[in-house]
Amino acid sequence: MTDMRTPLGRVRGLGSAREGTIHFWRQRLTAIANVPLVLFMVGLMVALVGAPYEEVRATLANPFVTLVVILFLVSVLYHMKLGMQIVIEDYVHREGAKVALIALNIFFPLVIGVASVFALLKIAFGG
Amino acid sequence: MSKTTATRARPLSPHLQIYKPIPTMMMSIIHRITGCALYFGTLLVAIWLMAASGTPETFARVQAIYGSWLGLVVLFGFTWVLVHHMLGGIRHLVMDTGSEAALGKDQSRRAAVAMPIISIVLTILVWIVAIMARGA
Repeated sequence: MTDMRTPLGRVRGLGSAREGTIHFWRQRLTAIANVPLVLFMVGLMVALVGAPYEEVRATLANPFVTLVVILFLVSVLYHMKLGMQIVIEDYVHREGAKVALIALNIFFPLVIGVASVFALLKIAFGG
Repeated sequence: MSKTTATRARPLSPHLQIYKPIPTMMMSIIHRITGCALYFGTLLVAIWLMAASGTPETFARVQAIYGSWLGLVVLFGFTWVLVHHMLGGIRHLVMDTGSEAALGKDQSRRAAVAMPIISIVLTILVWIVAIMARGA
């Protein structure tokens, strides 16, 4: 069969959506990153169950803990944004609702992420 | 001619209810549902972090809600959903390699059947450690 793509299109290999497999690839990449990050976060939560205010803040203010929790947030929030996007595209077929939900799906992880990182930095910098 | 074919009811492809539920299919569906649940579960993490960055009173109030009977039930469910989604995700990563060990009919079925059992056992283990850490 004749390949109807232009030579440049064939070399880029990004298909008609011009995105190639980037969505799939980032979903897997964040999935792999999530494994150690989530395990760390679960361990942190388990260690801090019922702990007093000062201890929780002291632990979160530890530079290593702050850093890993921020990485956790970035990886997890990006991963869930990608996942929810697929769910919306699969089940919501009315154009207006779909566009609105796709937009909300970008805002929600951003708000969660910015609020959480701000809270962490506030604790880390002793605010 | 083209008008009549466009307005006629078109045959639809069979949907979920026509298939017999099988373990791999159920685990695939549960993977999506747990993923959606975790999406909103991040709110609990964000609220906890914001509470810790606030006053001791705010933190105490949030901790009281999380430590209440209902709060503990929600957190236990959250843990199970997280563990299940992670195991499912690892399973999917192995399947992505295309290996026979992951995609064979019997192998994939066995892995799917093991999923709820392993996830429940791991969740209970996490909580036993958490309760022990609290007591110590």
